[in-house]
Amino acid sequence: MRRSAAAILGVLGGMLAGAAFIRRQTAHRERADLYFEDGSMLSLTNGSPGAERLLPLARQIIGQARTG
Amino acid sequence: MDAQQALADLTEISSQIRAAVVFDDSGKVAGSTVSDGDAFARAAADLLAAAEEIKTGDSRLTQLEVATGDGSLFIVREGKATIAATTGADPTVGLVFYDLKSALRSVKPTRAPARKRATTTAAAKKKAPAKKPAPRKKKPDAS
Repeated sequence: MRRSAAAILGVLGGMLAGAAFIRRQTAHRERADLYFEDGSMLSLTNGSPGAERLLPLARQIIGQARTG
Repeated sequence: MDAQQALADLTEISSQIRAAVVFDDSGKVAGSTVSDGDAFARAAADLLAAAEEIKTGDSRLTQLEVATGDGSLFIVREGKATIAATTGADPTVGLVFYDLKSALRSVKPTRAPARKRATTTAAAKKKAPAKKPAPRKKKPDAS
């Protein structure tokens, strides 16, 4: 009885950890890369002030393009 | 090639591209794959302006990619022409940029009619003296 309860708890814990990992990976994947004429590049990851400004605009355009 | 044809070729070549629009620096849409191309171009221009404010150096922003969980937005700018396109999630970034640049270069630039007229007039003025017939010489034996 104790063993099966521990197994269920372990599976549940694993599932939660997996979900958190996937969510974190997805959030990390959101970024903005800016390329300049001189060859330099600026990568803004989710959470940075620049990306916070560009990501909502991009989400809006992608959503509009999907429906349009 | 006109912009609409270039976009048709682009969406045929690249299966990753869902929607695309070509517009100039004044916001005038030259071609679009979506029904409301003006709104798409306006939103892309707004995003480009926001990205311009973020940059730190003097160099011009030529292209950008914004990746979200739902898909990516690409913008490429060359001279006065700009192309914006959306793709699904996890696109092949280099390939999409290459296809967008090729499409933008294939778009024939539109010429301003006033300038064209001025050039024609200037050319006509230059050619005018050449058209003037040389005076005929009288034959010595003519009487």
